[in-house]
Amino acid sequence: MKVLVTGISGMLGRLTALKLLQHGYEVIGIDRRPWAGAPEAIELFQADIRKRTAEDVFRTHRPDAAIHMATVTHLVHQSPDRMRVNLYGTRAFIHHCNNYGVKQAVFAGRHTFYGAAADSPLYHTEDEPPMSAHTFPELADLVAADLYAASSLWRYPEITTSVLRIVYTLGPSKHGTLASFLRGPTVPLIMGFDPLFHFIHEDDAAEAIVTALAHKLHGIFNVSGPSPVPLSTIVRAAGRRPLAVPATLFKLGVGRLGLPYIPSGAIDHLKYPIVVDSDAFRRATRYTYAYDERETINSFRTAH
Amino acid sequence: MLDNLLTIDPEIAARIEALDLEFNKFGIDPYGIDKNDLTRFVSAFAWIYRYYFKVDVYGLDNVPSQGRAVLVGNHSGGVAIDAAMVMGSMLLDAEPPRLPHAMIDKFIHQFPGASKFMSRTGQFSGNPDQAIRLLRAERLLLVFPEGARGTAKLARDADSLVGFGTGFMRLALETKSPIMPFGFVGGGDALPTIANLKRLGRLLGVPYVPITKWILLVPKPTRFQLLYGKPMYFEGTGHERDEVVAAMVDQVKERIRDLIRQGRQLREKEISEEDLEL
Repeated sequence: MKVLVTGISGMLGRLTALKLLQHGYEVIGIDRRPWAGAPEAIELFQADIRKRTAEDVFRTHRPDAAIHMATVTHLVHQSPDRMRVNLYGTRAFIHHCNNYGVKQAVFAGRHTFYGAAADSPLYHTEDEPPMSAHTFPELADLVAADLYAASSLWRYPEITTSVLRIVYTLGPSKHGTLASFLRGPTVPLIMGFDPLFHFIHEDDAAEAIVTALAHKLHGIFNVSGPSPVPLSTIVRAAGRRPLAVPATLFKLGVGRLGLPYIPSGAIDHLKYPIVVDSDAFRRATRYTYAYDERETINSFRTAH
Repeated sequence: MLDNLLTIDPEIAARIEALDLEFNKFGIDPYGIDKNDLTRFVSAFAWIYRYYFKVDVYGLDNVPSQGRAVLVGNHSGGVAIDAAMVMGSMLLDAEPPRLPHAMIDKFIHQFPGASKFMSRTGQFSGNPDQAIRLLRAERLLLVFPEGARGTAKLARDADSLVGFGTGFMRLALETKSPIMPFGFVGGGDALPTIANLKRLGRLLGVPYVPITKWILLVPKPTRFQLLYGKPMYFEGTGHERDEVVAAMVDQVKERIRDLIRQGRQLREKEISEEDLEL
């Protein structure tokens, strides 16, 4: 079975591609970025998902399945281009799947879709509306991409589509939203708040994506690993020093004084938890994670 | 979070150990309860519960020692001392101990410190999805259907009941959970509120600021009566018409009114423990 991965050069894209190979799939990939040292078995096409060259890959290679990971998620990357990649890229992906006979599509999205608020339930289920769109405008394009991808469930019912909402990944690659936040030796927290963070080892996340493919899931599924852990505990376990900063100072200080840059909408994400219920995914696939909460943090901490 | 402030009492540590909770490698349960923080906090709180206040608890055996249930009772003045005392009785007197999850007003989670503290001790903003999830996980829920209207009662009205919300009944019906009515007496003496400043409250982001006889919001040492009634079981799906649910809620309200009345009589020494009908 031939699987096309968009955004294959990203951290999760690479891991997923390698897992697919291990599981005996034939893998081709599209990305604007190169992947130096990619296995020879993987045929790579350096192209923008929105451009004709990418469409050509669908047309010529006729993959049986496609995994969409070509979304810009770095919050520092706030160009209008980001929005276009995330929305028009997703649209192009879905169109190509439909036009070139792709039977199965997987969209790898984020659990931050649900947003963080003082009064939201601790475990989000898939039917909940996105609350992050208005409190965190920087995430609005990802929320829209998620909803847009989900619309293909009724738009193209003949394509088996799974929309995954995956919790933060963490692991030896040191890539990803949570890893970037934990980069420095001192990690700022908001004084008086300590939200639960839900995370999964990056290998487990890649495995979950392959599992969704293997089980031909059709629908929207939250994906999580071990049970959530308070942010301050993660910071300490990662060998970092937590620094509690009052919320007002925090807003002034981000991006300066050695604090990482964080968009103002993210402050709610440092005050309130985003935790997901992934029972539906587990029931449908019997998926289990391999790395527990401590092993996951240690793999991040000890990586070079 | 409380490591530097509070010490651990070995007796309390054993009680927390006996709770029916599953902690992960960091000592955190799936709902964010921190074993270490909880132990330290309850160690300090035990002194307040046992010596600063004194709570005469009746009918504790009525509360199931395991499985889902909804504790439903009255607010009796000022701030939710009643909730703290119910917590105390379940954690410090009940055998085996249980940790009730109170459905608290959402404004509490907006405050620094309070949010962190409530999160690590399993106290969530009242949210039906959250409540149903906890009940399905066989947890014990604590609900004050009077809400902030209940704590806003002035001291002279402490034994009265204001309007009950009906959400708790729908949750109980949907999850087939028994309702455990309780009556709490004495809150009006601990914290005799004479006025509530609503406008100041709005400025501070709270429903109101209570003013006591001695101005400050410091409760005086008080003896309370806490009466747990027999479980009440209701049949239904949780999707009944409002009138049907309201009638069930009225039964619970009457039961709580009766428990408060008996508690008041005990307090005034008009009856003794043998006369109680729980």
